[in-house]
Amino acid sequence: MSEHNALPPSGDSHDHYQGHHGEETRPGHSTLKGYITGFVLSVILTAIPFWLVMGNVIDGSGLTALVILIFAAAQIFVHMIYFLHMSPKAEGGWNLLALIFTLILVFIALAGSVWVMYNLNVNMMPGVMSEPVLQMQSQ
Amino acid sequence: MTTNATDATQNLPSSHFYVREHHPEQGTLLGFWLYLMSDCLLFAGLFATYAVLSHSYAGGPSGADIFDLPLVALNTSFLLVSSITFGFAMLQMQLKRVNGTLLWLGVTGLLGVAFIGLELYEFAHLLGEGFGPQRSAFLTAFFALVGTHGLHVSFGIIWIIVLMAQVKRFGLTTDNNRRLMCLSMFWHFLDVVWIGVFTFVYLMGVLQ
Repeated sequence: MSEHNALPPSGDSHDHYQGHHGEETRPGHSTLKGYITGFVLSVILTAIPFWLVMGNVIDGSGLTALVILIFAAAQIFVHMIYFLHMSPKAEGGWNLLALIFTLILVFIALAGSVWVMYNLNVNMMPGVMSEPVLQMQSQ
Repeated sequence: MTTNATDATQNLPSSHFYVREHHPEQGTLLGFWLYLMSDCLLFAGLFATYAVLSHSYAGGPSGADIFDLPLVALNTSFLLVSSITFGFAMLQMQLKRVNGTLLWLGVTGLLGVAFIGLELYEFAHLLGEGFGPQRSAFLTAFFALVGTHGLHVSFGIIWIIVLMAQVKRFGLTTDNNRRLMCLSMFWHFLDVVWIGVFTFVYLMGVLQ
């Protein structure tokens, strides 16, 4: 920013003028090659998790769950780059900044909910839940 | 930024260009991105709800009992292919080809309709078996999350139809191009959310 503003007025105007014209072709970085690459990667990253789960390839559901979550994260990354054209340069970095902020909030919401509610469940279990279960077993 | 602003007022010629910096087109795309991020938070809430309630079966069916993975795989492929066909529409738009843009938008819309059709079939099947959202907390969270995504896709289809009519009538004007770019972001964003849904809800639901 500071470097940009340090330019003399004439250089500044030239810059903006170009930016103005480049606007309509701005998503010029969406190319056929980019879309094909993104699509092929997505197909691979989708097919493997489905194969892992439907074919029971890995023993132990915990490990499988971890692996498919990693594949999902990788695929989201691929979509962001090849389909949504995310880059540190897009919209002067504001796009990426908003995305990072959102991801932090998403992480807090997800991890926080699971963490708090898990503890709540564990601590509530003996008093509330065991009684009906015992009754059902005795019947 | 405050120092920049004072610079601009002191130096009259350059003040023009500061006005131009807030280009409306760029503003729309950034603003739409911010909307998508807030939509992302909406989905985060629904995902968190599902994560908390995904084992509260209340004696009802679990994910492994009711999820039909081949159906989900087919649905996923519809959405994935629709992502690249939308990409083709954008490439045709860049080449200023109206018919090509309309063709690929149409294909994308049809794939979206196929996706929604399969999802409605799945929902109807579950409701028919008595496994509606009222059956258990797990099913409530499931219908809320997957249903909200389906609603988004439905509105995306309506948006595609509206823009096809716009492009057909007025051509690929600057306004229509900007609208198409926003719709493109919306559509790809829904595909990203679906990655979370099929992994977290369907695949992990069957694993448990």
